[in-house]
Amino acid sequence: MAKIIIHQERVTDEKKLNAQFPFGTGALNLGEVVLHDGKVTDVKKLQALCPFGAIDYVNGELSINAACRMCRICCKKGDGIFEYVEDDASSGADKTQWNGIAVVAEMVGSSVHPVTLELLGKARELAGKVSQKVCCLLIGHNLAKAAASLAEYGADEIYLYDQEELAHFRIEPYCAALEEFISYVKPSVVLVGGTSVGRSLAPRAAARFRSGLTADCTVLDIQKNTDLDQIRPAYGGNIMAHIRTPRHRPQFATVRYKVFAMPEKTAPHAKFISGKLDARRLASGIEFLSMRRKQSERGIEDADVIVVAGRGLKKPEDIAMLEELAGLLGGQLGSTRAMVEAGWIDARRQIGLSGRTVKPKLILTCAVSGAVQFAAGMNGSECIVAINTDPNAPIFNIAHIGIVGDVYRIVPELIRKIKAAKGKGA
Amino acid sequence: MNIIVCIKQVPGTAQVEIDEKTGVLKRDGVAAKMNPFDLFALESAMRLRERHGGRISVLTMGPPQAEKVLREAFMMGADDAYLLSDRRFGGADVLATAYTLSQGIRKIGAWDLILCGKQTTDGDTAQVGAELAEFLGIPHLTNVTKFLGMQEEGKLDVEAEIPLHVVDVRMKLPCLLTVEKGIFEPRLPSFRRKLATADRKITCFSLDDLPDRDESHYGLNGSPTQVQRIFPPEIKTEKETWTGEGEMLAGKLCAFLEEKRFLSELR
Repeated sequence: MAKIIIHQERVTDEKKLNAQFPFGTGALNLGEVVLHDGKVTDVKKLQALCPFGAIDYVNGELSINAACRMCRICCKKGDGIFEYVEDDASSGADKTQWNGIAVVAEMVGSSVHPVTLELLGKARELAGKVSQKVCCLLIGHNLAKAAASLAEYGADEIYLYDQEELAHFRIEPYCAALEEFISYVKPSVVLVGGTSVGRSLAPRAAARFRSGLTADCTVLDIQKNTDLDQIRPAYGGNIMAHIRTPRHRPQFATVRYKVFAMPEKTAPHAKFISGKLDARRLASGIEFLSMRRKQSERGIEDADVIVVAGRGLKKPEDIAMLEELAGLLGGQLGSTRAMVEAGWIDARRQIGLSGRTVKPKLILTCAVSGAVQFAAGMNGSECIVAINTDPNAPIFNIAHIGIVGDVYRIVPELIRKIKAAKGKGA
Repeated sequence: MNIIVCIKQVPGTAQVEIDEKTGVLKRDGVAAKMNPFDLFALESAMRLRERHGGRISVLTMGPPQAEKVLREAFMMGADDAYLLSDRRFGGADVLATAYTLSQGIRKIGAWDLILCGKQTTDGDTAQVGAELAEFLGIPHLTNVTKFLGMQEEGKLDVEAEIPLHVVDVRMKLPCLLTVEKGIFEPRLPSFRRKLATADRKITCFSLDDLPDRDESHYGLNGSPTQVQRIFPPEIKTEKETWTGEGEMLAGKLCAFLEEKRFLSELR
């Protein structure tokens, strides 16, 4: 498709010209008719050249508007001020100028969010395929320890913006740091965690670079020419889309936590590079007031993990152990209709046709037989684990993992083991 | 406080199918509705209007039929409505969508706050809001869970969620906020308001009405990402049955939960 564009290296006042072009310098490489602004002498005469009135002159600046029909009269008669350039499939960003796989690290409290480590593992794999380096950007305050831990996961270069003003996430300074990093490193790919911070930062930077962003990728691969193959779900996971960003760099992708595997530690070899934002770039319209621990009391529809109590339980007091298990898994307690009717559990926790429909990442049913009315409210769950003593219980028809056993023997032991595992990890 | 709420018309159900032969989405017979997450943004706008005054404009980009969601917004209490509709806007990805919305907003003129829903139910990206804020050159905040009023002139205090924590921040206006599901219970469209707003004008903008009329910045041409193909997801079919003694089963289950990283409290 033919377009009218201005070559920035030929114009005298680059900034002024860019201001006219909402897509900035990135789009200036795309076009076909080139305007050499520096040579302009008689503006009126130039404008008269165009039979379609497509040459604008506003605030002392020449530009070509959407009325252009690519007739090229201006190129023939415009004394070399306009130039026609052939378009071809390879136009767009010069891919050889963009090298390396970048990971934007994220902090949670004083340590690195595990999604960052997962991304570093994937970045290492992608970088290996195209023989490029892995760069990591870390923004925050008091980062020494976190930076050292990043080095253990295969980063070649780690860029640090360690400033007191960056202690809390505020979009403008964080995006300024990311912009500086990208402009300096020029990575072909920028991977960002699909957390609330990442999902704020990545789109902001992608818009700033006028490049493509693919959200919540579940599969990533890379072509020899560094085009990133991105696969992501849409329509609530009912459809998968394979997406590429063939003409723009860098290619931004976000990936949610727990999508990629946690990589093994390696011997650190990273080079550390420190950056510093000046006062202007630290400025923000956002003022941090206070922070407190999340008290999650949300509905079961929003829970990632649900532990369900079924009528196989012997007495109301036994619900406490399932509640404890749900808490340990960061989830919520759910229930069958029988338990609600018996008055053991609040009706808001009921799953099934006459209750709520849930689709968590994990649902662990305990002593639930699995009547169709119940199953209809939860069979879309990503992973269904069922514990029941009766091997013929219908719940086992829909469970991904069916455990034939006694809840009273398994759950208390499971709670003990999870506590031990968590204690070890901390 | 003048507010613009960005809304979208989405398919009535997420249970969409792909035509196996052509690889195209089967959209026939699927009723359209307002993106459910946008209802929370719209309700937020009305609560803010009750408290701080001002007008509420709703803005959508889509085919002419998308007018329906704007009418619905009128029925909920919006004051003005704008439809960005042009064949040349078609096929827009996140960047082109956000850019087109930003141009529409520049055309609308005076506003203090832009509200968006958390995400849509079709594209599911949750990223248009942040890109829109960038194009408008204003600060933004996602996952807003509460409005805390205006303690300082020209600044709005809000509560928002971040991993593990809840933060209170003071946002300088103008800014863009995306609100969490459930921030308020959205009101139902009112029949009385439906009658009252039946003749109310919806302002339509085509590409030629926008400040930037370069076609290459819109729709498919303005979209850096390209969909190579779409396909149905693989359905997990493998099933396992575990039997044995309680402690062993508990150990096996614990190992499974650890491997699948359910023991971490982060999301």
